[in-house]
Amino acid sequence: MTTTATGTEVRSRAKITARTLRTDRWWLAPLLTVLGLLAFVVYATIRAFMGRYYWVDDYHYLTPFYSPCMSQSCIPEAAHFGRPLPEFPGFIPLAVISLPFLLAFRLTCYYYRRAYYRSFWLSPPACAVAEPHAKYTGETRFPLVLQNFHRYFFYAALIISLINTYDALLAFNTADGFGIGLGNLILLGNVLLLWAYTLSCHSCRHIVGGRLRHFSRHPVRYWAWTQVSKLNARHMQFAWITLGTLVLTDAYVMAVSAEWFSDLRFYN
Amino acid sequence: MSTMRDFRIWRGDETGGALVDYQVEVNEGEVVLDVIHRLQATQAPDLAVRWNCKAGKCGSCSAEINGKPRLMCMTRMSVFAPDETVTVTPLRTFPVIRDLVTDVSYNYEKARQIPAFAPPPDLRPGEYRMMQVDVERSQEFRKCIECFLCQNTCHVTRDHEENKRVFAGPRLFIRAAELDMHPLDTRKDRKEFAQAEQGLGYCNITKCCTEVCPEHIKITDNGIIPMKERVVDRRYDPLVWLGSKIFRRRS
Ligand code: SF4
Ligand code: SF4
Ligand code: FES
Ligand code: FES
Repeated sequence: MTTTATGTEVRSRAKITARTLRTDRWWLAPLLTVLGLLAFVVYATIRAFMGRYYWVDDYHYLTPFYSPCMSQSCIPEAAHFGRPLPEFPGFIPLAVISLPFLLAFRLTCYYYRRAYYRSFWLSPPACAVAEPHAKYTGETRFPLVLQNFHRYFFYAALIISLINTYDALLAFNTADGFGIGLGNLILLGNVLLLWAYTLSCHSCRHIVGGRLRHFSRHPVRYWAWTQVSKLNARHMQFAWITLGTLVLTDAYVMAVSAEWFSDLRFYN
Repeated sequence: MSTMRDFRIWRGDETGGALVDYQVEVNEGEVVLDVIHRLQATQAPDLAVRWNCKAGKCGSCSAEINGKPRLMCMTRMSVFAPDETVTVTPLRTFPVIRDLVTDVSYNYEKARQIPAFAPPPDLRPGEYRMMQVDVERSQEFRKCIECFLCQNTCHVTRDHEENKRVFAGPRLFIRAAELDMHPLDTRKDRKEFAQAEQGLGYCNITKCCTEVCPEHIKITDNGIIPMKERVVDRRYDPLVWLGSKIFRRRS
């Protein structure tokens, strides 16, 4: 038997020309992924640039799409961290401080990478289905080599999750003191799921303990790693669920703010 | 209960070949490999097929069944509809020797290139002591039966023959992870090796390796992504990177 650097170029593969011989509906998953991601991107873009209906003054609901709101253009009460930035022209989203980091966090997320490489870039569209590209270098070159910076966007996302939590807690303090409405539960549920998504991140799993060689010498970090690992097994689910809850939360705040319907109040 | 089923099997060698139709008897409880053996015994005595254990443990009988990379001995006939034609081809990423048998030496060559396990020099065999929690992650990867279904499915080489030069593949990434996570391994350069010599950066974590692994090893989540993160520690952490640029260059 011949051995060469690769061992395979000496002989040729079975000459089968079909792109795939799969008989199942392998195209369904990438199709649904494209539709799901596009729907979110369209909704999020419209809302981010709308510049209205992001704050409910009676109940202090602030949508995560406008948090933190730090420009002079913001409604003063919605600016939980002051308004140090000047007025923004309409083409700059009011949450310009957080949105680019959140976008980068999701774009470089190991799960979303898998999702869009498969469904948008067809590389590969499904397992054992040939991709259409003649050349492939993966994540070895610019710009895809930048995916390696995911960890730093994770740190940013941690800070933004803290801010969203703060917003959700502040919302219990309405114009007339403590109160609870359906909006509060939605904001709170959204924040909890955002934490689940953020903490289930693969970089988080690595940082809390995955990088260690000897778990036995770091019992606390080992415990943290096992907890994050449990969440991490559901990272894909959290990635989709949080897209849904973000839209739901924002749509609810928008609807109440625009007075399409009024908030369901349980207390005060 | 036995029925007659339609099979299409790729017959040929490196010079060419084609899918050949067969009608063959199938009994209840059988797997695809049983049917291939019946074909050999009755209609196609010269059909080449590699197998050993018939128990999903030797990794010899890898093939593609209705386009999906699987073990023939672990694919029950009951997963197909009674009127469904079952198409069996050799693995499409490796050179074919004959019929369903391929030359998988690429995988062994890539395996040989990995620096061997390096325990502390003063430790003799029999003196190895380690905590279970420390060795657990490496043990998951020891379940590998070297069926090379993952290597065959990975689009990096499946769709780009030229990448075989620079890409070692998922089975070898988990070998690298197994050693890098091993409590007694003393080598410090495994991350650099994975990135520079094994081509870890070519993997775009699309997870087909995990999807086809008959041992259900979480190749991507537990092996490849942790290795990518370990490489980030060394190569893409801006502070570490800046330091290495200013003070010294690693060879
Ligand atoms: S996850 Fe990476 S190694 Fe596994 S099949 Fe996909 S590209 Fe190949
Ligand atoms: S990792 Fe799984 S698919 Fe790959 S060679 Fe080992 S057992 Fe087979
Ligand atoms: S957020 Fe998905 S892997 Fe980090
Ligand atoms: S014959 Fe051993 S794995 Fe199938």
